[in-house]
Amino acid sequence: MKKKIISFLIVSSLIFIFIIFYKGLNRSNFYKPKSEIKNIPQFLAISFYSKKKIDSKNIFNTEKYYLLNIWASWCVPCRDEHPILFDLAKNEKLEIIGLNYKDKESNAQNFLDELGDPYEQILLDKDGTNAIEWGAIGVPETFLIYKNKVIKKFIGPLNQKSIKEIAQIIK
Amino acid sequence: MKILKLILLFLIFTHLTAVSANEDKLQNKITKNLRCLVCQGQSVYDSDSDFAVSLKLVVQNKIKQGLSEEDIYNFLTDKYGEWILYDPKFNKNTYLLWFLPLLILLLGGAIIKKKLIKIKR
Repeated sequence: MKKKIISFLIVSSLIFIFIIFYKGLNRSNFYKPKSEIKNIPQFLAISFYSKKKIDSKNIFNTEKYYLLNIWASWCVPCRDEHPILFDLAKNEKLEIIGLNYKDKESNAQNFLDELGDPYEQILLDKDGTNAIEWGAIGVPETFLIYKNKVIKKFIGPLNQKSIKEIAQIIK
Repeated sequence: MKILKLILLFLIFTHLTAVSANEDKLQNKITKNLRCLVCQGQSVYDSDSDFAVSLKLVVQNKIKQGLSEEDIYNFLTDKYGEWILYDPKFNKNTYLLWFLPLLILLLGGAIIKKKLIKIKR
């Protein structure tokens, strides 16, 4: 009787362990921070064109929707994403703000000369600390902002699906 | 007078280096407890990825601004979630994690005690 109980326990625990590991195999181990509705951070950043210090309070202050796009000239997916930003810039309710991440200004300028500039305003983030304030983990990353709150976060390049999603939210 | 000035300078200098050494120590301690989210199995302290380099800078700035270790952890969990901490805080999601080893220890102790009593008999 005792032996039966023990072998039953061993078999059931093995099955249990197997299930746990099997489930773990299929889980993506790439972590994405939870995108809860949060207030946007406040920070000071240097403007790309005017080279003046700008307080973020003076950027996201109207009733419009804002799209903060973190990009860099060295980031290959940003290149693919760029035409999509132009599509989004056509929407009058939306203002696109760029955050240039850990980039050389001359390279960033070349990138914009080559592919065009969809941004209303570009802020510089030379050491990447502003991106941390936004809770970003890399480039490209995009935040949809309304009334000083992040309402949607896109990790990785935007695509046609995200255009639809954004259009549906803004409507 | 000159000697006095020199002594004063020396004192200020040693004090400043001591302060920055303490800050470095705290920064290392904090970044060792932060998970590098873009690299697997590495702490922010160990990693040289763009994300980790920036995060180290942020921690350094926050220490300079006078934030405590606790404040910095709160700031970062607010942005990235509990996952960024290697040493998770005690809350309703993690109480099992904290108590299970203790429970197993007690259970093991109880089993050993029972066996010992049996052997004595």
